[in-house]
Amino acid sequence: MILGLVLEQTLNGLQYGVMLFLMAAGLTLVFGIMNLVNLAHGSLYMVGAYLATAFAHWTGSFFLGAVLALPATLLVGVGVEVIALRTLYERDHLDQVLATFGLILFFNELIAILWGRAAIYTSVPPLLGGHLRVLPGVPYPTYRAAIIVVGVAVAILLWVLVTRTRLGMLIRAGASNRTMVGALGVNIRLLDTLVFGLGAALAGLAGLIAGPIYSVQPGMGEEILIQVFVVIVIGGIGSIRGAVVGAVVVGMVDTLGRAFLKPVLSTVVSAPAADKAGPALASMLIYLLMAAVLFFRPEGLFPARGRS
Amino acid sequence: MPTITRVALVGLLAALIAVPAAAETVKIGFITTLSGPQGAIGEHMKSSVELALDLLGRKVGGLDVEVIYGDDQVKPDVGKQLADEMLKKHKVHFVSGVIWSNVMLAVAPTVTGAGTFMIGTNAGPHELAGKMCHELFFTTSWQNDQTPEAMGKYMQDQNLTDVYAMAPNYAAGKDMISGFKRYFKNKVVAEVYTQLGQQDYQAEISQIRAANPKAVFVFYPGGMGIQFLKQYAQAGLRGQIPLYSVYTVDEISLPAVKEAALGQWETRYWSPDLKNEANQKYVAEFRKKFGKMPVFYGAQSYDGIMLMDAAIRAVKGDLTNKKGMIAAMRRADYKSTRGAYRYNVNHFPIQNFYLLKAVQNPDGEFAMQIQRTVFENHQDAYAAECPMKW
Repeated sequence: MILGLVLEQTLNGLQYGVMLFLMAAGLTLVFGIMNLVNLAHGSLYMVGAYLATAFAHWTGSFFLGAVLALPATLLVGVGVEVIALRTLYERDHLDQVLATFGLILFFNELIAILWGRAAIYTSVPPLLGGHLRVLPGVPYPTYRAAIIVVGVAVAILLWVLVTRTRLGMLIRAGASNRTMVGALGVNIRLLDTLVFGLGAALAGLAGLIAGPIYSVQPGMGEEILIQVFVVIVIGGIGSIRGAVVGAVVVGMVDTLGRAFLKPVLSTVVSAPAADKAGPALASMLIYLLMAAVLFFRPEGLFPARGRS
Repeated sequence: MPTITRVALVGLLAALIAVPAAAETVKIGFITTLSGPQGAIGEHMKSSVELALDLLGRKVGGLDVEVIYGDDQVKPDVGKQLADEMLKKHKVHFVSGVIWSNVMLAVAPTVTGAGTFMIGTNAGPHELAGKMCHELFFTTSWQNDQTPEAMGKYMQDQNLTDVYAMAPNYAAGKDMISGFKRYFKNKVVAEVYTQLGQQDYQAEISQIRAANPKAVFVFYPGGMGIQFLKQYAQAGLRGQIPLYSVYTVDEISLPAVKEAALGQWETRYWSPDLKNEANQKYVAEFRKKFGKMPVFYGAQSYDGIMLMDAAIRAVKGDLTNKKGMIAAMRRADYKSTRGAYRYNVNHFPIQNFYLLKAVQNPDGEFAMQIQRTVFENHQDAYAAECPMKW
């Protein structure tokens, strides 16, 4: 029984990590290559969730909706990059934070005007509605298992893209030394737009996956964004490998902490003290972890090569 | 100048002075949350205030009315600033609204301290019901503890045991669980506090399944509730372990979760299907004007305007007669959407609480439906601490 529970919670942690990874991958690439702190990354996640819901409603199929929402979110991302963010790369981080915070407000109000402030209805597609038996007595929601599969597939695809293709080579080069890449005659502007669009599509993918399990409402992106920043700080800015490891570590630590910290603590201290300290400590765990990483390896676990 | 002309001139002057006095405007400052994820609640409250004004012919207590809306952004300091501005710049006669208890604790003393009426239409922190009660403070809602007390009472009456209790880890979350336990005396197997604003509850849901309790009691307002309900249903627990809650399923969240809420039990002092004339009128007019179901936040705000209307009428429009208005409000002599109720010494309602269930109507619409009365004329636990004498 206890083994089944530990296995189930490990799956939960992995699944949460996968969600964080989809968000972190785009954010870390943009941060690494354009040196842009994009607080509005959560807004693209929200746009993905809303577009997927709207398209799913329109076509009557969750999967068609998802297929349409991905390029649509990519286009929104490209639009944002071209119109608003392009001029910010050379500015300092405070200006970028201000401008992208403005974008958060803009997108939240836009969504509230278009769809209203109340959360909208989303549900798991019937095909993924059931349960898998991972072990006897441990039913696991099929939809959550599917999230893990999608996340792993995306991680592999990104790994191939970054390490095995010409575009990936440019992305890595851009993360190491942007000026040099430009000097070698690469159209860095186009590369920026492509990378930003890719990041937006990944955020949109995370959003459309999140739709059926989370609340789809204005401001939903900001709730996950803080954990995503923790992931890229732990993993190392600009590195996909860092995003994978950081996301899985944060997902695991957070989930297992919430599940088992209180029972473990109560074996050490008195039960009422564990009741008080358990939840407080569990919600601090990932930040403590981040502080430790910053202390011992300030550039993160797997920093992009050539940075520091 | 002939005397007759002088008399006429004086008469004219007197008439000119008298006219503005007769056409006095009652000014109401209404503070709620109009932006951000919680803006949906404020929108319902504002809509209900506007509906009340429409039905009163855009007059309150027979006087012309001006409502100044303020957006508190769920921040106590912003709420206090708004109240100060309404009092000093707009010179309002009433401040009303306020969703959040922490905002209310900043706003109410500011308003009553300035000698102005505070008519709360949602938050009911225990401080204001007890030692901090004030003759200028009235509320048309409830004291925070009352609703979970009703759920505790119902679950105790059903003799349920081995209950798993969950709430976000902040002041109101702990109040809800302690209110629940004031009336629920059987065994609570676990009290779990989660992070405020948490999105994913899969880890906690796995723990619930492993603990296998007889029932689950939760308090998850807003987006947290939508997330918890969806994930609880997806984990397949909906049919296995009954879920009881307070402030988790309402007419704002129900359209977002639909079948994931089916079978959910809640307690509340009001529901759209409450059978009384004032309520049926409110619900029908609200649906006609805004095309959706009203929610209790709105019903309370509508009641707030009606309470002010009755008080101003009782003093014949003399807004300086505060003693007269206090006496009138204490009688709660207006058509409330919850039906008739009385005020306790602390100006909190003594009212009924009902058990509601999320059902699907024959027309396919999901709705909360009253099942039975849990408490009749229930008073809050703090009234005895209030030193006010009537």
